[in-house]
Amino acid sequence: MAQDEMIELVIIGGSSGSLDAILKILPALDPDFVTPIIIVLHRNIASDSMLEEVLAARTRLKVTEAEEKEKITPGHIYVAPPDYHLLIEKDHTLSLDYSEKVNYSRPSIDVSIESAAEIYGRKLACIILSGANADGTKGVVYAENMGSKIIIQDPAEALVTFMPEHAIGHTSVKNILSIQGIILFLNSL
Amino acid sequence: MTTVTSKIEWDELESLLVDITDQYGYDFSQYSKASLQRRILSFYLKGKFSSYAEFKNRLFDDAAFFMYFVEEVTVNVTEMFRDPAFYKILRKKILPILATYPFIRIWHAGCSTGEEVYSMAIMLKEANILHKSLLYATDLNPTVVEQAKSGIFKVNAMQQYSENYINSGGQKDFSTYYRANYNLAKFDEELTSRMVFSTHNLVSDSSFNEFQLILCRNVLIYFEKKLQSRVLELFDKSLDNLGFLALGSKESIKFSSIVSSYIPFDAKEKIWRKMK
Repeated sequence: MAQDEMIELVIIGGSSGSLDAILKILPALDPDFVTPIIIVLHRNIASDSMLEEVLAARTRLKVTEAEEKEKITPGHIYVAPPDYHLLIEKDHTLSLDYSEKVNYSRPSIDVSIESAAEIYGRKLACIILSGANADGTKGVVYAENMGSKIIIQDPAEALVTFMPEHAIGHTSVKNILSIQGIILFLNSL
Repeated sequence: MTTVTSKIEWDELESLLVDITDQYGYDFSQYSKASLQRRILSFYLKGKFSSYAEFKNRLFDDAAFFMYFVEEVTVNVTEMFRDPAFYKILRKKILPILATYPFIRIWHAGCSTGEEVYSMAIMLKEANILHKSLLYATDLNPTVVEQAKSGIFKVNAMQQYSENYINSGGQKDFSTYYRANYNLAKFDEELTSRMVFSTHNLVSDSSFNEFQLILCRNVLIYFEKKLQSRVLELFDKSLDNLGFLALGSKESIKFSSIVSSYIPFDAKEKIWRKMK
C-alpha cells in the first residue's frame, strides 16, 4: 500500500464492537510507530471512565483523554472525552464542543473526521470500525473529497456490521481491511 | 457517488468575522475556529441560500436575521442539573459556606436559556437561603436571555431534569417547582423573583458587580487562549475574596494568569476558591 503522501494523523472511529478491534490493533503497532492517533468512540458516560487506562495498558504510546487547546504531537493517542465533540484547529490543537448530538452521538465520528480532513486533507487516514450506527459515513465522504486515506474494517470481521457497511455503501472506498490488514497499514506509515 | 460538500474557507470566515465586528460590534475573532466554522457552515447550508454572497447580503442588511445567526452559531445546549455530581458538591459543600453570608450574589456567565440558573435557585430555596440571594444571569444573546427570564421550558425535558435533580441530591418531587400547561412547564415565580437578567458579552463587556460564586460552564471551550485569559481575569475582578469559580468539566484555570490566587476546591468538578 504505497503512500503518495505522508500520513500525519490517524483518526479511528467506532461504536459497539470497536473496542475489541482497537485492543487488538494497539499492541501490534511497531515499536517505532509515532503517528498521532485520535480515537473517537461512542462511549457510555457513566460506565467507561477507565477507557484511557484500558488502552494505555495495551501500548507503549501515551494515551490520554483529549484536552481542549492541546497540541497534537507524535507518539500520542488522544481519546475523545465522553459527551463532547472533538474538533481540530488549523494550528493542530484540539477543541472540544458541547453542541447538539450528531447521529444521536456526542462525540460524533462525523464531526471529528470532517474537522480533521479540513485541516490534514491528504495527510489524514481515517479508519471506521465496528458499530451499530451510521455515524462516520458523512465524515469519510467528506474526507474522501479532501483526499484523505479511508480504511474500513471488513464487515465480515466486525462484531457489529452496520457502521462499516453503511460507510462502504456510501463511498467508493476500496480499502476494506481485516484487523490484520489495518495493523499492516498502520505499521507502513 | 459523492458530491463536493460546500464549505467556507478559512480566509472567508476571517473576513466575515471582521465585517460582523465592524457592523454589529459582536467580536467572534477570538472564538475557537473549528467549532465556529462548522456552525456557520451548517447555518448557511440550512438557509438554502443561492450563494455565499446572498447569505452575506442578508446578514448585513437584516439585523433581526443577524441576531438569529448569533443565536444559532453560538452553542445553547444546556440542561437543568446537568452533571449531577457537580450540583451535589454545590449543594453539600458550597451552599453551607455561602449561607454564612448576609447577602449572596451569584453570576451565571453565559447562562443561555437559563436551565442552570433555575437549578441553582431550586437548591438555594432548599437550603433556605434563596430570600437573601440574587442570581445574575447573563448571555451575549438577547433572545436566550428573554427565554431564560420567562421561566418557561419544554415539559418533555422534565423527566430527564427530574432524574438529574434526584441524582444531585434533591429530595423533593421535582414537579412541585413548576406548573405544566400543554407542552410547557412554567417555573415558580418565587425562583424568578431572585434573578436578574441582562445581556453581557464576555468578549467586550467589563465587570459589573462582585460575587461570591461565578459559574461559567462550557463557555471557555469555545474561546481561544487569549480570550480565555481575558475572561478569567474578568471573573477574577468580579469575585470576592474567598469566592468560588466553577467551570465546565473540561475547562481549567491551570494555564492562566489568575491561577496563583486560587486553590482547587473540588478538582474533579472544576471548582476553585479565591484566596487573595
